[in-house]
Amino acid sequence: MTEPALALRGLGKSFGGARALDGVDLTVGPREIHGLLGHNGSGKSTLVKILSGYHAPDPGAELRLHGESLRLPMSLAEQRARGLAFVHQNLGLVPQISVLENMRVVEITAARRPWVDWRAQRRAAEAALRQFGLAIDPDQPVSSLSPVERALVAIVRAFTAIDATRSGRELHGLLVLDEPTPFLARNDVERLFGLMRRVVAEGASVLFISHDLDEILEITDRATVLRDGRVAGTFETRATVRDAIVELIAGHPRAAPVDADVEAGAAATEVAFEIRGLAGAQLQDFDLTLRRGEIVGLTGLLGSGYERVLHHLFGAVPALRGTLQTGGGRVDLSRQTPAAAVRAGLAFLPGDRQGASGAGGLPVLDNLLIPDLARFVRAGRLDWRRMREHAGNLAIRYRVRPVDLDMKLASLSGGNAQKVLLGKWLDIAPRLLLLEEPTQGVDVGAREDLWQAIREIAAAGTVVLCASSDLEQLEALCDRVLVFARGRFRAEVGRAAISKQELLRQCYAAVAA
Amino acid sequence: MSGDSAARSPVAAFVERFALVGAWLLVIAVFSLLLPGSFFTWQNFAVMFASQAPAALLALALIVPLTCGDYDLSGGATVTLAAVILGVMNVVHQQPIGLALWVALGAGVLVGALNAFFIVYVRIPSLVVTLGTASVVTGFVQWLSDSSTISGLDGGFVDWIITKQIFGVSYAFYVAALVAAVLWYLFEYTPLGRRMLFVGKSREVARLNGIRVDHVRAGALVASSVLATLAGIVYAGVLGSADPFSGLNFLLPAFAAAFLGATSIKPGRFNAWGTFIAVYFLASGITGLSMFGIPLWVTSVFNGAALIVAVTLSQFARGRAESDLG
Repeated sequence: MTEPALALRGLGKSFGGARALDGVDLTVGPREIHGLLGHNGSGKSTLVKILSGYHAPDPGAELRLHGESLRLPMSLAEQRARGLAFVHQNLGLVPQISVLENMRVVEITAARRPWVDWRAQRRAAEAALRQFGLAIDPDQPVSSLSPVERALVAIVRAFTAIDATRSGRELHGLLVLDEPTPFLARNDVERLFGLMRRVVAEGASVLFISHDLDEILEITDRATVLRDGRVAGTFETRATVRDAIVELIAGHPRAAPVDADVEAGAAATEVAFEIRGLAGAQLQDFDLTLRRGEIVGLTGLLGSGYERVLHHLFGAVPALRGTLQTGGGRVDLSRQTPAAAVRAGLAFLPGDRQGASGAGGLPVLDNLLIPDLARFVRAGRLDWRRMREHAGNLAIRYRVRPVDLDMKLASLSGGNAQKVLLGKWLDIAPRLLLLEEPTQGVDVGAREDLWQAIREIAAAGTVVLCASSDLEQLEALCDRVLVFARGRFRAEVGRAAISKQELLRQCYAAVAA
Repeated sequence: MSGDSAARSPVAAFVERFALVGAWLLVIAVFSLLLPGSFFTWQNFAVMFASQAPAALLALALIVPLTCGDYDLSGGATVTLAAVILGVMNVVHQQPIGLALWVALGAGVLVGALNAFFIVYVRIPSLVVTLGTASVVTGFVQWLSDSSTISGLDGGFVDWIITKQIFGVSYAFYVAALVAAVLWYLFEYTPLGRRMLFVGKSREVARLNGIRVDHVRAGALVASSVLATLAGIVYAGVLGSADPFSGLNFLLPAFAAAFLGATSIKPGRFNAWGTFIAVYFLASGITGLSMFGIPLWVTSVFNGAALIVAVTLSQFARGRAESDLG
């Protein structure tokens, strides 16, 4: 029993030229709850994806599970045989079907017999729920469970898979919990922790990925912090304090960068928009006054609800209440629609590029011009010559590669698709531009191009609200950054104070407050 | 405005766009060689052009909601509804044909509005709703007509549809051609047509680009039903009577033509001229086969197989990607 449950040595991973992980060592002891921390871009999710077989690591990595040396990536069957089980953030449950069917999905669908032995499946599910003291009716649909109950069911299901590998009386195995709890209330977290302790008592180990320092401090034995793809440190939880962890996540503060090209402040006195009493399902009363030409960042940890501000302003998701005062009048945000928002001079670039932002199956040309087609109507018909010319100029101006207007949006790289989708809005000169993770999954060169375009439109007077967990991006773009936690606005960081480290400190401080 | 990929050669793109036209010409050539005296006559084509005009109108009706991502299975029933309203009002109740035409078109608006209410407002899948309205309308039509054909429609009306001719082809054909031209213009040259395309490709994307998705979908469903009643009006004129049954027989070939049409002219999109050509391609095949005295059941096999073959061909041309038609 002295072999560690998980021993990773020299794990590296490059995407194109970028090192997502570099020489990462990670050891999870037997019956240990080990925390894994790190901010956006630290390599945390890449590490999980390598363990779960989604990515192959760069050559040279070593993996041992309970002393057995294994090759990465592992197939699902290998993982199951070695007692390695995952609960991802989306939990992997089908809401419409019952708890029983969800818990026994593998056994039910992979049974070798031509019929399903429902009584045996029910006994197994009930036994597993009872073992962990969960009073959940296996026949109710998952959709009727509370968020924490769903997480608990997913964890019990993962544990059952580990339990199936039990040889004799000894249980080996590693349960990886990848942020299953970002939205849970305090007493729900207690239930989750109770379950994790019982899993460990049975003999398995847990790798617990979370951004919540209080949770990490309370439940883990040790924790590892990743920063910029490397291990920033591993510590015994009992001998550590919050500030030391934040320091590890953020790195040492460096001198605040001096931006020569940001000349905001001088002309930025004229009020352009006022948000009053904005509230939604995951957002509590929020006020904000926006001045012409300023770029305001919104951030917070996962689940803090900051991106909801954009959704409610644009009417993508209805707000419960709140108003937006514009130059033209007052808009009731509980009745806002995207069509009305566009008419009022708002533009929204959603984070989900293919699903919400652009039509991947349609050509670049159509995607560039969709916000306002009426301006191309001449003598009752669309003037395709002018449209091609205009779209061609846009593509060149925003450096879309290749400049092929007939290419489907989906065949462009992420960065180029994003240039098309941002260019589409910049072209109609919105008064308020709402950006959600504008450079996620975008290469470095395209990122600079996108930032430059955003700075230019702000300099021309457009107000930009940028919701992002990419603190480097906020540092590069914003005049001020608002930090959110648990659906509330907590702190404002002014231009002079914005740095990645300061923002991180504020994010974690906001959660603790 | 052509295809999608710059990597494909212009020749391949041309072949894809006009393959259907080529196939049509091939069918005509084969039957003309085999049946020079009967198939390859202007008379035969003139009859086919006119008699298939209702089918063409229905197929054109269907591509309007299909472009927006909705199916209208009630189109066939709406064809018979319009024809039977003409028959009952004009023949049984001796009302003027002008009034009967307006009532028929009004019925189309009503069916379309019902479909739109359940599909767009209640948010039930269009397949389910229009399958239901198709059955409801069919039953209503049988009650209205007492399940029998009503002949003796207004002579002037019938003359206008079928007897009046240009180049020996009845006005019925030109009505269908005019609707095809209008839809082509709508899809290609109006902002509304572009919006419909976005709605059909992704409702969420369309919504977040400021398009009023619900309005567009509801409008398309109403337009579809109104065009289906127009098909029924032309159908009554072509027959000179109101037939309460065969409208349903139009539905499958109309869908076949819509999907077949989406493989050509503007491959990958429902388009008016592709659909129009596809209707006459299918009709040419069936006319030729029937001249050989091939039994009636072959028609069903031919239409059904043509639908599946058409969609299969377009899928292979696109490398069996997840279909974004419909």
